[in-house]
Amino acid sequence: MPVTRDTVLDWMRRFAGEMEEHRGELVRLDTAIGDGDHGTNMDRGMRKALERLDSADQGDAGAVLKTVAMALVSSVGGAAGPLYGTLFLQMGGALGGRDEVDLAGYVEAWKKGLQGVQTRGKAEPGDKTMVDVLIPAVEAMERAPDLDAALRDAVEAAERGMQATTPMVARKGRASYLGERSKDHQDPGATSTYYLYRSAAEALGG
Amino acid sequence: MKKLINAPDAVVQDALRGMEAAHGDRMRVSYDPAFVVRADAPVQGKVGLVSGGGSGHEPMHGGFVGPGMLDAACPGEVFTSPTPDQMADATNAVDGGAGVLHIVKNYTGDVMNFDMAAELGKGEGIEVESVLTNDDVAVEDSLYTAGRRGVGVTVLLEKICGGAAEDRRPLADVAELGGRVNTNGRSMGMALTPCITPGSGEPSFELGENEIEIGIGIHGEPGRFREETRTAAEVAERLVNPIVEDLPFSSGDRVLAFVNGMGGTPLIELYVVYAEVARLLGDRDIQIERNLIGNYITSLEMQGCSITLLKLDDEMVRYWDAPVDTPGLRWGV
Repeated sequence: MPVTRDTVLDWMRRFAGEMEEHRGELVRLDTAIGDGDHGTNMDRGMRKALERLDSADQGDAGAVLKTVAMALVSSVGGAAGPLYGTLFLQMGGALGGRDEVDLAGYVEAWKKGLQGVQTRGKAEPGDKTMVDVLIPAVEAMERAPDLDAALRDAVEAAERGMQATTPMVARKGRASYLGERSKDHQDPGATSTYYLYRSAAEALGG
Repeated sequence: MKKLINAPDAVVQDALRGMEAAHGDRMRVSYDPAFVVRADAPVQGKVGLVSGGGSGHEPMHGGFVGPGMLDAACPGEVFTSPTPDQMADATNAVDGGAGVLHIVKNYTGDVMNFDMAAELGKGEGIEVESVLTNDDVAVEDSLYTAGRRGVGVTVLLEKICGGAAEDRRPLADVAELGGRVNTNGRSMGMALTPCITPGSGEPSFELGENEIEIGIGIHGEPGRFREETRTAAEVAERLVNPIVEDLPFSSGDRVLAFVNGMGGTPLIELYVVYAEVARLLGDRDIQIERNLIGNYITSLEMQGCSITLLKLDDEMVRYWDAPVDTPGLRWGV
């Protein structure tokens, strides 16, 4: 089943649901090594995104993601606003102008999104950020034979990437002020990105 | 959690309503996107100064909007950077044809959002420069961290650059002066207690009954070390020494000494600390030419203080002394 405007809309609704459901968990993770607002901010941002998606017709899958991007940029603040905003803006640009997107187009959109996030945040693999989930997930999708496999493999790779942030020493963002003390904590941004892949598999899968 | 609020999600908006009710004669408040701006903005021919950051540090920044200091301030949610649309609208509102200076504290979120605002603002035809503050010596400045945090120097920079802008100095001069203030200022803070953000309802970190944290950040970021409670004299040494050694400040230097409260510490204790700061600097033959004592860059209800030293030159003194008329700082008017 190809990726369409309607399945991307469903993806964003499910992602908003995940942010609401896991708000407390993300706040706890962020309180340990950051400033404790990641869950609150992402929940508020995705609520705003759904309001905007409901209030205007979205032309295509790209337009859906761009609407979400602008809602997050203008309502989340912190580092997560510009980073998720850039991710969805870049993905939306790559997905736009088509009614249906196949595996290659979907993977290409994620690569563009990853590139945007790295340009904005300047994070490298191993810095204990969302990049540690994005990179293995994109690599897993590149190896997949079809879209269903890509979605499934991305979730598994994202989960491993998220768990792999636990022993890392943070080198970006507020957690980096902790130095060695940031060890033994799972990164909250990596965790919300894992939920993004999980909701994608549910919404876009066959 | 006990707080004087209506609802955790409404704190920033409700506080803005209070600002408007109290100071509506001197500032305008925009709620969506949220920013406060001088009532007479844009001032023709004057460089506009826009600052912003998470809420919870009051009076910074909204309390510093007015003649002689900021033209606009963009409040984010509590301890969360504001967003690019706020900064872009504030920039438009204060542009009087002489350009706009963005004052940015070095936090990952603040830097990224101001970057995006500058990108969005491209094509608006407004000349925008920015100056970054990163004066917190508690943080090791290395490639492996987000770098030093912007803290107390931000207040001094906003005042001094505000004086220069009011004097109709061009954008390049005001930006250069701001960079010079940051380069010559150093700070370090400490906490006796954590604070509780309205959103989380939980303390930002745990500190034992008889423990203090030296080198704390204004969002409860961890400092250099924790230890048993000390006397004010010993605490002042633990803050002043790293500051003096870092710049370094040396015998004969003229400084502005700023003892800042974190929000929950009474003024009487800040004066106890200031006496120790004056003694320590006197021992080193460093001359305090100006001072500031009070709660200016706070961390909600956290108990503790920070110390900032700024090595002064004549131009800085002149613009520090220049009239200022804001809710948070007022003299010479």
